[in-house]
Amino acid sequence: MSGKPKLYYFDGRGKMESIRWLLAAAGVEFEEEFLETRDQYEKLLQGGSLMFQQVPMVEIDGMRMVQTRAILSYIAAKYNLYGKDLKERALIDTYIGGTDDLMGFIMIFPFLSAEDKEKQLAVIVQKATSRYFPVYEKVLKDHGQGFLVGNNFSWADVHLLEAILMVEEKKSDVLSGFPQLQAFKARISSIPTIKKFLEPGSQRKPVPDHKYVETVRRVLRMYYDVKAN
Amino acid sequence: MSGKPRLHYFNGRGRMETIRWLLASAGVEFEESFLEKKEDLTKLQKDGSLLFQQVPMVEIDGMKLVQTRAIANYISTKYNLYGKDLKERVLIDMYVEGMFDLNELFLMYIVQPADKKEEYFANMMNKAENRYFPVFEKVLKDHGKDFLVGNQLSRADVQLLELILMAEEYKPDVLANFPVLQSFKARISNIPAIKKFLQPGSQRKPPVTEEDLAKAMKIFRS
Repeated sequence: MSGKPKLYYFDGRGKMESIRWLLAAAGVEFEEEFLETRDQYEKLLQGGSLMFQQVPMVEIDGMRMVQTRAILSYIAAKYNLYGKDLKERALIDTYIGGTDDLMGFIMIFPFLSAEDKEKQLAVIVQKATSRYFPVYEKVLKDHGQGFLVGNNFSWADVHLLEAILMVEEKKSDVLSGFPQLQAFKARISSIPTIKKFLEPGSQRKPVPDHKYVETVRRVLRMYYDVKAN
Repeated sequence: MSGKPRLHYFNGRGRMETIRWLLASAGVEFEESFLEKKEDLTKLQKDGSLLFQQVPMVEIDGMKLVQTRAIANYISTKYNLYGKDLKERVLIDMYVEGMFDLNELFLMYIVQPADKKEEYFANMMNKAENRYFPVFEKVLKDHGKDFLVGNQLSRADVQLLELILMAEEYKPDVLANFPVLQSFKARISNIPAIKKFLQPGSQRKPPVTEEDLAKAMKIFRS
């Protein structure tokens, strides 16, 4: 074993992408095993590697970690991206909750019918511009610091940048009313580890396409219609 | 101000119930403001109390905390229900995130359309009995200790008890094949602070009824 964390997931964003972002931001090299067939998945299941029979799963520090939020919290704490005390952690958790909810609307997008996609696109933009972005815009404006929490780079900054870029992929001018977020985006993107992750050839995954959807459906036997809630 | 945490939510379980359980288990007295009319919610939204315009919101230690997990994490850490180190915390987090997923299934049951309810119920109980409960049965069986993590009470134990009791409301014999969970349930229920919370007159909320839901939808979705 190489000692590097190893990620088990599909070759695509989904729930693993935030984990890739966080490891990359922390400057941690990682390996990936991509699930392409049902057989691979069943092998993992039979081997008892997946606590709740689900991926993401990350082998790290002798553990087979599951549950996206558990994995992210562990990485954040281990690499000092989780604030310096309980109050900062509470702020980070709160902001992450928001960006998580926002990215949740985008995560189901590729699985929706064409008609539902159109509606969902409107929902994503509306939520981003009226519920979520204004909050982070105000936070940054009010304290005038470079990072969301404690004047220090944290998980919250990484997660927000990820969310901003994802929404921009759906509507490229979505930050037009948010000057603080524009500056934030530029600033965080130029942090060396993040800059590297944003370059071609990194382990960042592209916007999910129909091939990704087919793979997920095939491996998980998830053939039912996904509805936005 | 009393100094006690104040919970802002509907008068029902929903996403606030886990927080009530955690506070009660930690022996922390709390107050509640119930949203009964739409104006109650809009007032909170307008005065900037709700960061993302949503409840749950908990006033605690000078903060207006929102986001269920943020609130639960804060309370768990503050009252020593989150393990003693990072390795224990990640175990607790893995278990508790699985529990949140099952809880979500329970939460969404009541809003299923009539023609989908039966299938949803079967899937929900199947997950409880084949995906989630076996994991916790095995964890307890394998280490033979009284608590899920680190040989002391943590939020994982509290949240598991909460889930077991909810599952039993839907299917009284759901623990039939889980002897270790049966003794876990008895043991954790007997912890004084939890025993008190399980008694009539506590701030624990009853199961939601179709009527409650129809009423709430009428008020808040109007």
